[in-house]
This record gives sequence, structure tokens and C-alpha cells, in this order.
Amino acid sequence: MVSEASLIEFDSLAVRLGRHEVLKGLNGSLGGRCIGLLGPNGAGKTTLIHTLLGFYRPTSGTARIFGLDIVRDVRAIRAAVGYMPERDAYIAEMNAVHFVRFMAELSGLPPEAAIERAHEALFYVGLGEERYRPIGSYSLGMRQMAKLAQAIVHGPRLLFLDEPTNGLDPIARRRMLDLIRNIRDTGRVQIILSSHLLRDVEECCDEIVILKGGRIVANCNLEEERRSNRQFIEMETRGATDIFAESIGALGCEVAVSGQQRIKAILPDGVGVRDIYRIADQQQVQIRRLNYKRDSLEDIFLKAMELDVV
Amino acid sequence: MAVYQHRYQPYEGALTSGWRRFLVVPRYAYEDLVKSRIFVAQLFASAICPLIFMLFIYTHHNANAITVLGLSAADLLRIDANFFHAFLAIQSALSFVLTVMIGPVLVSRDLSNNGLPLYLSRPFTRAEYIFGKMSVLGILMAWMTWIPGLLLFLFQCYLDGSGWWREYWWIALSILCGSLALTIILALLSMAISAWVKWRSAASGALIAVFLIPTPIGFAIENLFGTKLGHLLSLATALDSIRKWLFVTSPDGQGLLSVGEAWAVWAAYGLVALWMLSRKLRAWEVVS
Repeated sequence: MVSEASLIEFDSLAVRLGRHEVLKGLNGSLGGRCIGLLGPNGAGKTTLIHTLLGFYRPTSGTARIFGLDIVRDVRAIRAAVGYMPERDAYIAEMNAVHFVRFMAELSGLPPEAAIERAHEALFYVGLGEERYRPIGSYSLGMRQMAKLAQAIVHGPRLLFLDEPTNGLDPIARRRMLDLIRNIRDTGRVQIILSSHLLRDVEECCDEIVILKGGRIVANCNLEEERRSNRQFIEMETRGATDIFAESIGALGCEVAVSGQQRIKAILPDGVGVRDIYRIADQQQVQIRRLNYKRDSLEDIFLKAMELDVV
Repeated sequence: MAVYQHRYQPYEGALTSGWRRFLVVPRYAYEDLVKSRIFVAQLFASAICPLIFMLFIYTHHNANAITVLGLSAADLLRIDANFFHAFLAIQSALSFVLTVMIGPVLVSRDLSNNGLPLYLSRPFTRAEYIFGKMSVLGILMAWMTWIPGLLLFLFQCYLDGSGWWREYWWIALSILCGSLALTIILALLSMAISAWVKWRSAASGALIAVFLIPTPIGFAIENLFGTKLGHLLSLATALDSIRKWLFVTSPDGQGLLSVGEAWAVWAAYGLVALWMLSRKLRAWEVVS
């Protein structure tokens, strides 16, 4: 299992491209299993990935991946990562097996292992039956899958996925997200998922970094964020709602009744949903629906957009 | 990640060394090239000239053969620097034809669909990419120029005895240097053109134009203005001058270009090609 501690550490990382400063002194560290990189267009998401891959040299500061410096140890970093670019990237004349095998060998796999892994990776992403077709003849969705296959064929420890669901139809998108979750759940690889689609990130990621204007404006663990909102519940009831609300209030909850059968409550420490159900049972009140209210990723994103710097 | 399991598994096996990885690029290029019949035919055709030259050498040393053919010693070609110069000039021309065939797709097919970031996101540098692609042409041109040239030289040394070797040992160096000068500049030029011109036919045309057109321009300038400076434009003339200097077939300063001028032209073309490559061979273009 890979350690989640300090996957990436930023140390005042700044990158200037031409006259434009794209990344402005990033600080902090990331350590989730699947980290969502969010931000509006031009926020610096792709530039950040490219800098971490060593395509761009930082103008000041640095970053470390697995403790390796992105400038000094770029070769070791590249040996440990897989990269699925945002744009189309393939060699049109090659068939998929040839292409993925080629990429595996460039990553250092011996030819026998490379051919075996190329077949496996293509079957894994669902291109098994089409693997002998030239990639140039693939549909956009198939090319996305081929890009994923070449990114995972050498078994990287860290996977950079830049807008992996770009241009995919709903079925292909669902398949791509399933694959990302499946890869994440093996626990053998950590993922940086850059996307402007909040739903994709919400479905796959446990940590998010939000960039705005080249700065990190939010960095939070989605699970913890959800847990912190877990004590706020909404209920729809049938029966003596007012008496039920009073009884819940007697447990120390803050209670608000809206309409005749809707109750909102904030549970204090030591009070759980089990206690609510127990009182409902004693008072013969039916709880038709009970929801934990939580901040959606959209709420977090919108809040972050209003902030300047974290 | 076995096929039947449909499950992601990391790779935990052994990795190849850096040198073996470097040879992946030419190996895959050759796998594609040998599918072309024209390429294979050209490769075999390139072996004809060395065989003919070998027959010359053999005949030269075989009294029976000379008698059977009804020749006298005066009719035979002298096996000296001119002989090997002629051999290298012919093989260089064939190498250029081969370069025109395969050079234009070396880089362009990686650039045309943004394939380059996939190379460069791996433990594979830009320099390794360039050397890997250069080696595709380098290995083929070695097969056509200095390897058969040195084999012919050794064959002549074997048949003639040690006296010839003592007098002409420097020819081996000339074969090697002349071949490398040609290989390096042709590989760099064809890759640079391939990086900038994605359409194969146009790239082939551009390579021919860059190599051949400056020569008549040089002569035109010489005829019109009475100066040899126009020949400084011509890489073909420069390579010819370098070969003549290496094989001592023309005293320095009496050819179209002096040896210093020829190497300067060679270096200038090389630097321009490297600059063109460095501009294009980037994982991502930065627009300032």
C-alpha cells in the first residue's frame, strides 16, 4: 500500500510562462489517495501538472513528489508516475497494442513484460477487442481509454489524469470514472485528477485542491469536510411532530420545525441518530426520511472562489 | 492486471537499463521500416556497390583473374585514397536517398498527434529522444558507409600485406570521419525538417531542396559576381570538400571551399538544425 503522507509538498512554487506568472508561490502538501485539482479555466491546473512532470522549470521555489525534488530528481519522478494528458496524444499509425507496449518499454519494462502488460492494460480499459486497430482510427472515447492504458501500463505509483472525461459520452464517462475509482481502491497508486467537472471530482476524490489565479484557495479533505457536517440532519416525519421535536430538544439538540412534518436538528456530541430513532419509536412517530446535510463540492468550490488565498 | 482478472495491478518486475531503453526508439522504428518493400530493396541495393568494390580489390590481387579477364596491371584501378573516396562518395549519395525516404517521418509522426509529451513524461529526456531518433538514421548509414568501407579497407590490408597498411592506415580514419560527418548532418537536418514540416512529401522535398539547391546557386553567384562565397551556402559542396580533404584528393584551397570554410558550413547547418529541433521538441509549447 502506498503511504498517503506527503505525496506532494509545495515550497513557494512559482512558474512564469512568457510574461505571465501562472503559478504564484504555492505552499502546502497533498496526501490523499485521489486528489482533485479544481479551478476555473486558466487557474493553473495543467501548468501545475506539467511543472510536477518537469515540462516547465519553476521560476522560484520547488516541489517534491515522494520526497524527490521536481527539478533535481525529474528522472526518478518520471519513472514513478503515469500521465494522461488533456489533449489527444498518440501515434496515429501504431495499433493500440504496439503503442502501449512501446510506451511501456520507454518506461523501462523489458519487451516480454511490456507486451503482456500492454494486452492487460487494454483489456482493463475495455479496448481488448479493438487493440489491433490503429489508434488513428479510434473514436474520441476510445482514444481517451488508450491514453489511460498507456498511463497505467508500467504500474506507476502516482497517476496524473488531466481532464480524463473530456469529450466522453455519459456511458464512456461512467466507465472512465469506474476505472479511476477501481485504480484508486487498489491502494497501490495515488491519483491527481484535474478536472473542471465537480461531479467527476466528487465521485472519485477524497481530497481537493482548488486553484484560482495561480494560487491555492482551498485544500481540504472531502471526507473530513463531510464528517464535520454529519451532525446536521433533516427529517420528514409522520405523527406528533411537535412533541417529537421537543423530545429531541430535550437531548440537547438545536431543533427547528419547518412546515408540519419537517424537522432540522443539529446533534451535540454524544447524541447519535440511534437516539433519535429510539425517541421516535417511544412516541410512535414515523421517520419517513432522514438526510445528513452536508456541503456539496459545489458549495466548497463556490466558497473558495470568493476567497483570495488560504 | 491479468487479462481475465480485469483488475489493476502495479508492475513489480525488473526494469531495463538506461542504454537498453535508449535503443527502444530505433528498434520500433526499424520494425515499421522493414514493412516497406522500397526500404528493404534500397537497403539491399546499398550492398551492391561494396560488393563491386570488393571484386575490384579481389581482382587486383588475383593474377589468375587478371589473366582470365585479359587485363594488364596498367588497366586496373589503383587501390589508394581515390579508390576509397569514390566508394564513400557513391555510398553517401545512396545514404542521402535513404534519408529522404525515412527522415521526414522520424519526428513528425510524434508531433502531429501530440505524442511527444508521452515520451517526455517517462524517464526519457529530450536529448535521449533526439539521439534515439538520430540513431535510427545513424545505424542505417553506418551499415551503408563506414562499416562496408572499413571492411573493404581490411580486405585490402589482408590481400596486400603490411606494406600497404603502413602507407595508407589514415584512410580508415578518413572513411570513419567522412561517414560520421555525413551521418550527423543528414540526421540533424532531416529531423529538424521533419519537426517543422509535418506533411511527408513536403518534408522530403524540403530536405532535397536544402541539400541540393544551394549548389547551383553557388555556381550562379560565382559566374555572376566572380566570387566563391556563394558556395558557402551549399552543404553538399561543403561535404564534398571535407571528403576531398580527408582523402587528400584535392589540395586545400584549390577546391570550391577550403577545409576551414567547409567545416564552418557544416557546423552552421548543424547549429541551425539543432536550434530548429530545440524550438519544436518540447512537451508543450509556451506562447508568450
